[in-house]
Amino acid sequence: MAQPQADTAVELPHHPSPRAAGCPFDPPPALRSLPSDQPLSRVRIWDGSSPWLVTRYEQLRRLLGDPRVSADATLPGYPHRTPATKASDETRRTFLTMDDPDHARLRRMVTAPFAVRKMEALRPAVQRIVDDLIDAMLAGPKPVDLVQEFALPVPSLVICELLGVPYADHDFFQRNTKVVVDRTSTPEQVLDCLGTLTDYLEELLSEKAARPADDLLSVLATEPVATGEMTRRRAAETGVLLLGAGHETTANMIALGTLALLLNPDQLALLRDAENPGTAAGAVEELLRYLTIAHSGRRRVALEDIELDGQTIRAGEGLIFANDIANRDPEAFAGDADRLDLTRDSRRHVAFGFGVHQCLGQPLARVELQVVYGTLYSRIPTLALATDVDRLEFKHQGLVYGVHELPVTW
Amino acid sequence: MRVEVDQPRCVASGQCVLLAPEVFDQDDDGIVELLESDPEPRHHDDVRESAAVCPAAAIRLTER
Repeated sequence: MAQPQADTAVELPHHPSPRAAGCPFDPPPALRSLPSDQPLSRVRIWDGSSPWLVTRYEQLRRLLGDPRVSADATLPGYPHRTPATKASDETRRTFLTMDDPDHARLRRMVTAPFAVRKMEALRPAVQRIVDDLIDAMLAGPKPVDLVQEFALPVPSLVICELLGVPYADHDFFQRNTKVVVDRTSTPEQVLDCLGTLTDYLEELLSEKAARPADDLLSVLATEPVATGEMTRRRAAETGVLLLGAGHETTANMIALGTLALLLNPDQLALLRDAENPGTAAGAVEELLRYLTIAHSGRRRVALEDIELDGQTIRAGEGLIFANDIANRDPEAFAGDADRLDLTRDSRRHVAFGFGVHQCLGQPLARVELQVVYGTLYSRIPTLALATDVDRLEFKHQGLVYGVHELPVTW
Repeated sequence: MRVEVDQPRCVASGQCVLLAPEVFDQDDDGIVELLESDPEPRHHDDVRESAAVCPAAAIRLTER
């Protein structure tokens, strides 16, 4: 059978598509209901092109682990998320948009601080940060916006500590990151903010080279940059990536996760009343699966023709991997995959992606979220939404999904 | 069960260390190190889960 071609005569569902009204946690219905008799479907994206959308869990894992599928955003056919990410991906190269062996070489320069044992050593510091912020919230007026008072400061304080960025500059880097992850930002706005952030990180790298401390920027400044293995500009661009990804994603998981729990009080009770310390760890995996906040899909391009369950992906064709839809695949997760069930075994979720580009910061995210989910609701057992859920504004236009503000009281 | 790891493939996601710390560890760069190539049966389920979640297919199992 002939495959649908990349012409405009065919009416294709648009990616991204809107979520259903009243279902803020469920992926877009137009993309979930694509024909299930074939593993892949075409979608239309902003530039008029029609890449493949991969929505099934098994096929997503298979293709994201396939070396014939490239993450190189400079290749023709790569399905860029927005005009702005196209502009930035084509001028700024981080390991995120490279294939091995370059990807592996550059990524390994920054993996050391994220090792599990180092993350465990960080847990008491994360616990202190979380406890202090809760103390401050309880001592102040209510209601509060949980995003500003808690969800953003927790991961920002932690990533600042890890990288060696002064937390005093958080208004500056949070403001710039917000523009970068907004799908409606123009290429000029995004490149301007990325340039500003890179200049800032480059300046910090110079300071670290002169006075190294026990942090990742010091390691970069005194090792690969000092030996010439990496330019200072490239190290600064990597720093921008880690700083942005290190606070924006976790902040959205904390706020959106709290909303999901407040709307599912039976599940919230499981966490609040848990005596087994492992409860929070399992809950984190289920919330990662259920919410899949990195909802704009991993982007790739085929290097060769690939046969997949009777369909052919041609060399040069773009691929979008819908982790959010794959994480609701009923064949991959037991029971009702559309239900938030903290007792479910969700460890095989793909919220962090899959393949060699899987999220570098996942051990950090796990520790932060375990501490937050394991502490917030037991310390503030009467935590409640201080507004109508219908009045909340969701980040539909964000590259990362979440809620702009979350007014809460207790 | 026989376990092998392919260090050049490893991307330091650390999930194997979380699941089966008696069998897997990480070096200073976060890269997988195999502690036990012939794990006791009580660890087999965790080792299978480690291989299943490994994003880079760096863990190979031979069941026997």
